[in-house]
Amino acid sequence: MGKTLFDKVWDAHVVSNIENGPQILYIDKHLIHEVTSPQAFNELKERGIPIYRPSQTVATADHNTPTLNQDKPVKDELSRKQLQQLSENCKANNITLYELGHKYNGIVHVMAPELGITQPGMTMVCGDSHTSTHGAFGAIAFGIGTSQVAQVFASQCLLLTKPKSLRVSVNGKLKPGVLPKDVILYIISKLGTNSGTGYFCEYAGNVFEEMSMEGRMTVCNMSIEMGARGGMIAPDEITFEYVKGREFAPKDDDLTKKLEYWKTLPTDKDAKFDKEYFFDAEDIEPMVTYGTNPGMGIKINGNIPVENNLSFKKSLKYMNFEAGESLIDKPINYVFIGSCTNSRIEDFRVAANYVKGKRKADNVTAWLVPGSKQVEAQIIKEGLKDIFDDAGFELRQPGCSACLAMNDDKIPQGEYCVSTSNRNFEGRQGQGSRTILASPLVAAATAVEGRIIDITKHLN
Amino acid sequence: MEKFITLRSTAIPLNIENVDTDQIIPARFLKATDKKGFGDNVFRDWRYKKDGSVNTSFVLNNSDYKGSILVAGNNFGCGSSREHAAWAIVGYGFKVVVSSFFADIFKGNALNNGLLPVQVSEPFLSDILNEIESNPETVIKVNLEEQKISIERKNISEKFEIDPYKKTCMINGYDDIDYLVNNKELIEAFEAQKIF
Repeated sequence: MGKTLFDKVWDAHVVSNIENGPQILYIDKHLIHEVTSPQAFNELKERGIPIYRPSQTVATADHNTPTLNQDKPVKDELSRKQLQQLSENCKANNITLYELGHKYNGIVHVMAPELGITQPGMTMVCGDSHTSTHGAFGAIAFGIGTSQVAQVFASQCLLLTKPKSLRVSVNGKLKPGVLPKDVILYIISKLGTNSGTGYFCEYAGNVFEEMSMEGRMTVCNMSIEMGARGGMIAPDEITFEYVKGREFAPKDDDLTKKLEYWKTLPTDKDAKFDKEYFFDAEDIEPMVTYGTNPGMGIKINGNIPVENNLSFKKSLKYMNFEAGESLIDKPINYVFIGSCTNSRIEDFRVAANYVKGKRKADNVTAWLVPGSKQVEAQIIKEGLKDIFDDAGFELRQPGCSACLAMNDDKIPQGEYCVSTSNRNFEGRQGQGSRTILASPLVAAATAVEGRIIDITKHLN
Repeated sequence: MEKFITLRSTAIPLNIENVDTDQIIPARFLKATDKKGFGDNVFRDWRYKKDGSVNTSFVLNNSDYKGSILVAGNNFGCGSSREHAAWAIVGYGFKVVVSSFFADIFKGNALNNGLLPVQVSEPFLSDILNEIESNPETVIKVNLEEQKISIERKNISEKFEIDPYKKTCMINGYDDIDYLVNNKELIEAFEAQKIF
């Protein structure tokens, strides 16, 4: 029987099998940031264990960093301390760090792909659940806890039981205005937030084959929101073209050899998955969420379903929505375009294209937070900043920002935020905040109108 | 890591599905650089109102309920990879979490911190929740050796699954680092033959 993409990459990284137990899996690249690494560094220090392969770890500062005045000392004392600790730990252990202000600084899942650190066929981990993003390259990439960060530090390996395999195929032609974000929100709304738990997901079908790398990253990023530890897309010419020429991408003979290997990775025709789902691209519309988990999504012109269970009711009460109602015309005061899901240049191009020549509504605060210094530079270079400035949007500096509101970028109590991020959990964007997840296009349109509109009626 | 063999305790019912890690420990409390103190802020925004006053309708603030077992709805621990969620639950004094389904990363994090996630069937979960809610003195017994959870007074029990390796770790208080560091030779040999 043939092998899946996931099988091929996994099997190539198994160091050994423990009888009646997990496998030792080798990790090619370890990404770290300030929030989930300090306790792991401490653990090793206390036990007198050195970092085994520091050259295979790359660090960035992103989760708690301010998005204004990054050239000045960080005001918040605890955040500053955490960032200092990361700098000291990286220095003491010879780990490359792109700290605040560095030209390569950015959200860990934006920075690594754009530098060519992420490559097909790799195993990659990070103490962040959205590490699944890197699966867009045909890599096995997944989030880990801090104890596992310490394990990778100590041995460049993890003890894992091989997950089951799941394939989600979407075929057909996407309607105008339907972006990769809508595709993944649609899939999660159909499958629910725990359908992928215990599985690694492969996305297949012409919709993903035709998608750009940035779109594929948006899709794989949210795999964890349906419970899957990771998502993958078979590497192809689009992948190879994206990787080639980037700072840390393989070059010359090395590239030739790797390309040859990468081309062997896609799932064999006769491979079997433990679970498969199929969807038609034509059924997907621009999406919004109405509840407090990412599975609670509807077509933008649809109605909130009516369900009679406690958790559902609790969720609607928190959002102050009624079962059965539509979200069209709901007034919105906050819009956030950013996060590891949607903060790459294509996301800002989509938003700018809609916003050009328009102005944001007076009631709206619209934050644009690029995923990295490089994305920020590109926004300025392409003249998008001028479009956003003219429209009254505020372009901030890179970081995770209002996706999880660890820094000062918080949505006030009771306010709705149409957000391109990945989680609409209670209080995720600030205590009492209410998040509506959407694509950068829907977010931009909401900012212009000051309310949710049926974007499908506004597209040429 | 502390050893876990058996536990006999009253339990706290948290009858909510999809409890995510942002509820277990909100992101604004993730700025610490050690593992201590997270228990004070577990379920912070459910335990306290925005003005800092105690939310008396939340179960952790109901003095009828005590114990080191948390019984929660389906899909517990979904969301982020933050191990702080496990540290917060352990820090508050829980040793076992019971649910009909656990999110992957949370489950692993719990096991790495001596917190036993016990996955039970939906009917058994309803039974436990009903029993505790109608009688907070209900005692739950968890026996890791036998992989069995019981409602003592009702004399009903259910077997639960756990990875055999993780079971050994929990019973002996071992963690994965010891195992991996002791297998360095295998890892070096793998690196030497690895093509890419």
